[in-house]
Amino acid sequence: MATTEEIRTGLAEIVNEVAGIPTEDIQLDKSFTDDLDVDSLSMVEVVVAAEEKFSVKIPDDEVKNLKTVGDAVAYIERSQG
Amino acid sequence: MGGILEGKRILVAGVTMDTSLGFAVAKVAQDQGAQVIITNFGRALSITRRIAKRLPVEPAVIELDVTNEEHLAGLADSLRAHVDGLDGVVHSIAFAPQEALGGNFLNTSYADAATAFHVSAYSLKGLAMAALPLMKEGGSIVGLTFDASVAWPAYDWMGVAKAGLESCARYLARDLGPKGIRVNLVSAGYTKTIAAGGIPGIERVENVWSERAPLGWNPTDSDATGRACVALLSDFFPKTTGEIVHVDGGYHAMGA
Repeated sequence: MATTEEIRTGLAEIVNEVAGIPTEDIQLDKSFTDDLDVDSLSMVEVVVAAEEKFSVKIPDDEVKNLKTVGDAVAYIERSQG
Repeated sequence: MGGILEGKRILVAGVTMDTSLGFAVAKVAQDQGAQVIITNFGRALSITRRIAKRLPVEPAVIELDVTNEEHLAGLADSLRAHVDGLDGVVHSIAFAPQEALGGNFLNTSYADAATAFHVSAYSLKGLAMAALPLMKEGGSIVGLTFDASVAWPAYDWMGVAKAGLESCARYLARDLGPKGIRVNLVSAGYTKTIAAGGIPGIERVENVWSERAPLGWNPTDSDATGRACVALLSDFFPKTTGEIVHVDGGYHAMGA
């Protein structure tokens, strides 16, 4: 089981790879769209990559609820549990 | 036991996510024995490369923007790196700018409507001609439409473009028939793809669809659509061309 911090770090690596945002900016309280400028297409790729990395399924209907990095980390944590 | 596409080489143009109709076609085609190549373009290409790994066999991924004449001109050569011929082509490509969708019909500019037509209708001709050098008698081209004989909520200029696609398929059937190549469309019921998600208000058809379709309809299951496309790609519809096969649970045939 990955810890919250391990998931955040892993997710930060993905967001960095997909959208070129420095990993240190990708903190739990940051909004993907408002703070990090991750648009909907990049978000799709982040989700696909996160599904592979963490072996979880994030349905399309759920993606719109993942507004912040913390939301996504929490969702992945719950899905793994 | 061999599948109905055993030994066939199939190009599926337009696969983004594993919810894409093109993905469903690619999956069933592989299950039925085909070698599959998939395409996408621009930023979505990197999503396609990740998603390709979720198919039973990871297919080659080629970049193809159907509005780019250079891409079209180079398609046959790009394909030859992977296959020495093509038995089938699937057109699973549609796009309309936001201004052309979601209830803005009366205020859509010509430029936005024209973009929808170029990417979603004219592109069937472009793709067919680009693939033609690799095709021979018995080849099959299959496209995907959303019933363009009626007006839908929110679909707007995408619907007009689909009407163009349906007509384009008939003219292609006329002109490619003498070469022994069939051109058909599958008119799929409302499916919750990433493309549908980009049309604000289209989800209004979801409930009415499952209520009205005599066979029922699950908007998250695209296997039936994939199977129908594969059937049309196979040798089991040898004298069918210019046709639109509805895969919609029977919705289109019901008055209410």
